[in-house]
Amino acid sequence: MINEHMQVVFDYPDSFTEVVSHYCPGCTHGVIHRLIAETIDELGIREKTIGVAPVGCSVFIYNYLDTDFAEAAHGRAPAMATGIKRSLPDRVVFTYQGDGDLAAIGTAEIVHAAARGENITVIFVNNAIYGMTSGQMAPTTLPGMVTTTSPNGRDVELQGFPLKMAELLSQMPGVSYSVRRSVHDPGNINRTKKAIKNAFQVQLNQAGFSIVEVLSSCPTNWNVTPAAALKFVKEQMIPYFPLGDYKVADSIKSFVG
Amino acid sequence: MTKELWEGNRAIAEAALRAGVEAYFGYPITPQTELLEYLSGKMPGMGRAFVQAESELAAINMVYGAACAGVRTMSSSSSPGISLMQEGLSYIAGSEVPVVLVDIMRGGPGLGNIAPSQSDYFQLTKGGGHGDYKPIVLAPASVQEAVDLTYGAFDLAEKYRHIVIVAADGNIGQMMEPIELPPPRQVAKRDRGWELTGAQGRPRRVITSIYLVPEVLHKYNVHLQDIQREIEKNEVRYAEYLMDDVEYAVIAFGSAARAAQSAAKLARARGIRAGMFRPISLYPFPYDRVAEIAKRVRGILVVEMNAGQMIEDVRLAVQGRVPVEFFGMMGGMVPLPEDVLPEIEKLVRGK
Repeated sequence: MINEHMQVVFDYPDSFTEVVSHYCPGCTHGVIHRLIAETIDELGIREKTIGVAPVGCSVFIYNYLDTDFAEAAHGRAPAMATGIKRSLPDRVVFTYQGDGDLAAIGTAEIVHAAARGENITVIFVNNAIYGMTSGQMAPTTLPGMVTTTSPNGRDVELQGFPLKMAELLSQMPGVSYSVRRSVHDPGNINRTKKAIKNAFQVQLNQAGFSIVEVLSSCPTNWNVTPAAALKFVKEQMIPYFPLGDYKVADSIKSFVG
Repeated sequence: MTKELWEGNRAIAEAALRAGVEAYFGYPITPQTELLEYLSGKMPGMGRAFVQAESELAAINMVYGAACAGVRTMSSSSSPGISLMQEGLSYIAGSEVPVVLVDIMRGGPGLGNIAPSQSDYFQLTKGGGHGDYKPIVLAPASVQEAVDLTYGAFDLAEKYRHIVIVAADGNIGQMMEPIELPPPRQVAKRDRGWELTGAQGRPRRVITSIYLVPEVLHKYNVHLQDIQREIEKNEVRYAEYLMDDVEYAVIAFGSAARAAQSAAKLARARGIRAGMFRPISLYPFPYDRVAEIAKRVRGILVVEMNAGQMIEDVRLAVQGRVPVEFFGMMGGMVPLPEDVLPEIEKLVRGK
């Protein structure tokens, strides 16, 4: 079908398996998975990549990406990735973690992996709620936001403030790349893709720890339609979690876009 | 062969290096710290991975990752640190990756103290973490035996793709004894069909412990239990002293067995036909051998540096055939032969 006048501009990524998704309608985990698959294809690293899956909705990410995968205990993915990367330094090792996983139960593991400057890549999906356990308050739940464990809205006097992980980790010398992106519209999806590719390139250049925080929607547990969920990301989440590059170390500026 | 004087913790570390450990992850805790210190000085220069983790929780999950990557890996800790590692150990057992762990036991519960104890028997031999699994647990009674068990632990872990714990008490970790070290080994790079190395020229592999469908998880557990039965059949180890014509058996493990052995000898001098039986594998526990012993003795004394933990396994084996009495010291108190002898005499008198 394709002749010299046509070119493929969009295709199913080789590293993306052809299976039915278990994610809820309107959830953007699938979009983020796809961006990782595209990145792995473009960098030609499928055969040397080892992923570390979290506990949470994306516990089964290994069903969708055609690379080796280990399943971590809740929050311990950065420790497990450390063990893999230190054992096999020439492989590409990444974790995929949600907000409960990375910013609550696994805060010590992520902070110290970053402090050590582990040469791993972290994709951090922040949807401000515990999805898998169906809608409890997360470490990134917005002030005033209603969840099953903050039924009157998150009261910061009693329940504290949401953690801003991209900003927090950017303060550490071992971190080379720390940015926040969103996938609520096509332009932002493209910018997220570029950031994910940058993060993997940091690792391929042995340049230290890289993290992309991605704001994601959860229509099921936010109790809104998929369209309203994307609007919530844009209008409610981004003001609290501003998109941006929190750290792009001088040492990586020559190769990140 | 010349013997050298080595402290237990450093000797165990050197034995692990000679067994070819490629990646170590640990956290400081007394009375185990010298092991971590020794490896921190040796491993980087040998091109092997050493990381001082932020916690025992992180350390065991780093070990989990390294094991998934297919390298020989270990950690070491002491009782409170082992409590913290139980989460990771459950995942490791549920993923069937080989891991070696050294526990230099101290007094508990809580912070307890840093003195020698055997109070981890339950948490080591009965599973420790959630789910149905039992690590292989080997208890040395001397520095030499700690070296030998550590040296062999990696092969054993790889044979069953399971956890092997060398369970030494603080005495073994801290004291110096003359030992002979085994020769250094090179571990050949190999693909055993399960390790995660990148899916180069093969289908991707996944190491996980999640099986959502009850029938599938049931079947997986049956498979894990089959391996436990194999271990129970093949890996029972024990030592005996003056047991041929024994009438009163003292059963003890680790450094408590040293006092028990001397006490049995003292009892012999007083005309009591005493002997000492020492389980080396705490799991698998030598139930059959203890049951045989119960058929030919008048009584059994169990000596432990805890409130009575192994005694439950002894009683399971004895099944009420003869009296089983207990003598224990806690809090880091170490029984001497002179403490044990009157307990043997009480057993003989029947009170």
